[in-house]
Amino acid sequence: MILLVADHNNGKPSKMALELVQAARDLGREGPITALVLGQNLTAVANELSQYVEQVLVADLPQLANYNPEIWAAAVTQIAQEGEAHTILVGASRSGREYSARVAVKLDAPLLEDVIKVQDQGGALQGTKYAYLARVTEVYESSAPVTVVSVKPGAYNPASPAGSAGEQYDVELELPTSRTRSTGKVIEKTTRVPLTEADIVITGGRGVGSPENFSSLIEGLADNLGAGVGATRAVVDAGWRPYGEQVGQTGKTVAPKAYIAIGVSGAVQHLSGMGKSKYIVAVNKDPEAPIFKNADYGIVGDLHQVIPALIEATRK
Amino acid sequence: MNILCVIRQVPDGEAKLRINNSKVDLEGVTVIMDGMDEYGVEQALRLRESGASVEQIIVLAVGPARNEDAIRTALAMGADRAIHVETSEYLDPIALSKIVAQVAQEENVSLIFTGGQQSDWDSQALGASTAERLSWPQVTWTNALELSGETLKGKHDIDEGAETFEVDLPAIITTQQGLNDPRYPTLPNIMKAKKKELRKDTLDRYGVQAKIRHVSSNIQVKERAGKLIDGKDPQAAAAQLLELLRNEAKVIS
Ligand SMILES: Cc1cc2nc3c(=O)[nH]c(=O)nc-3n(C[C@H](O)[C@H](O)[C@H](O)COP(=O)(O)OP(=O)(O)OC[C@H]3O[C@@H](n4cnc5c(N)ncnc54)[C@H](O)[C@@H]3O)c2cc1C
Repeated sequence: MILLVADHNNGKPSKMALELVQAARDLGREGPITALVLGQNLTAVANELSQYVEQVLVADLPQLANYNPEIWAAAVTQIAQEGEAHTILVGASRSGREYSARVAVKLDAPLLEDVIKVQDQGGALQGTKYAYLARVTEVYESSAPVTVVSVKPGAYNPASPAGSAGEQYDVELELPTSRTRSTGKVIEKTTRVPLTEADIVITGGRGVGSPENFSSLIEGLADNLGAGVGATRAVVDAGWRPYGEQVGQTGKTVAPKAYIAIGVSGAVQHLSGMGKSKYIVAVNKDPEAPIFKNADYGIVGDLHQVIPALIEATRK
Repeated sequence: MNILCVIRQVPDGEAKLRINNSKVDLEGVTVIMDGMDEYGVEQALRLRESGASVEQIIVLAVGPARNEDAIRTALAMGADRAIHVETSEYLDPIALSKIVAQVAQEENVSLIFTGGQQSDWDSQALGASTAERLSWPQVTWTNALELSGETLKGKHDIDEGAETFEVDLPAIITTQQGLNDPRYPTLPNIMKAKKKELRKDTLDRYGVQAKIRHVSSNIQVKERAGKLIDGKDPQAAAAQLLELLRNEAKVIS
């Protein structure tokens, strides 16, 4: 079977879970597409997921209330072994990329990590991924009987319902106790569209000059365009914006329809997080700034004049 | 305790990459120690400097001969000695973790540092897969860390934001921005590093084989339109950009 681990939040399967369903369907490998849900109070999630896949395995346990790499790896491995899964699909979130590596070791299986595409080539699995700060795409192949695959969020379109409801089963698991203790969480809250889901992202760089300018110019334009807000590392390091807004190698990866970079030089570590955006727009006073080489449209000019003009022109 | 710092040598971010025989060809390309791994070396040094009883800080690199440069950098930062498993064979992170785990056991290590995501294979799997092989806990994306007794306390990033944690040794920590500012090796330390032990090792000792096969690599160049607008008249420039976004790109209405 194809086993996919379905993330969920607020009683609903996540967008990433539905993207995994689509990846599994496109793969067209033999056996039922089976979704595993880990957590607590899963009735609503399981019911909804059963509209998409042939089987839903429900592990509703108090130890699964919060994500933990050791426990998640143990749970997924047990189910994969019992169900004789040949393909295990995990969403390549931070946590997914973490526990999928542990699952691969437990199953003595290869890992195709963070793939943007996965295909069956005459029985072997081929995964395409980015490498070298996303400047290169590479294809890797696994001919092993069991392969673990983590799929990059946004690489597939979310699946639509299947038309007939799948079966649901409760599963039992033997879980280890984790040796890492969480002593507190800071949940990032934003009233804006989350960066990774926004159609338009407006990012400010050090050229914006100050946190106050960032609020008035970057947020001002984002408000008018209904956009998500991003920042470069220079801005985050300076303490102007929270780390959760950082785009790039050590921040988030985004691929919106339009990415508007303002006062951003376009360092490779930044490009690696946004270079796959459909359209890239840059505003920079330096015509030699590397960002222009990667932009579809650019304004060469002072952002203190250009952005207020853009805000004015987009005012509803 | 002994600390193991796993480092990779990667192309400099600005280096121009090219493909030869469907592989990235690093011949003649400037290579450096991965910035992500530098945080780990630095943190090991800081643990020692803060009074923890750190006996040895050992650096491990697996890769071709030229990796010696990155190893010398780590030694010049202050690591005590290094192991270089010299190979030009392709090893994926899961395969590599087998070597790291064996070295950790042989060297009686109780803390391992490695970068959160290496900038050559863009992978986050090394820390977690090594931890699994050793049956150790791991904490990834750590940006604050201290040791009190046998317990590491710190902060790291998770899917929904950040989390503070406690974990007992032995453990694996993957590092990232914010953890520290890595020091630059000074000239005297660079000289000293030349005398430090660098043990060469061969791959066959470890019984490791990649379970995935590299098929091809391609440079990603998305053709960009590159239409530049002069911003001297800000209103006109803004209008022209919005016109392009509305009618050509069709990304705003
Ligand atoms: C291991 C590692 C990981 C990294 N990860 C990331 C990452 O995840 N994300 C990231 O962003 N960076 C990352 N970096 C840092 C990266 O290398 C750059 O330092 C950073 O992206 C630069 O940010 P910036 O473009 O805001 O600032 P700068 O490079 O200082 O650029 C500012 C730009 O603003 C322009 N400007 C100034 N004033 C004006 C004005 N009035 N009007 C118009 N334009 C103006 C300037 O011409 C310049 O191009 C990483 C680096 C390392 C070593």
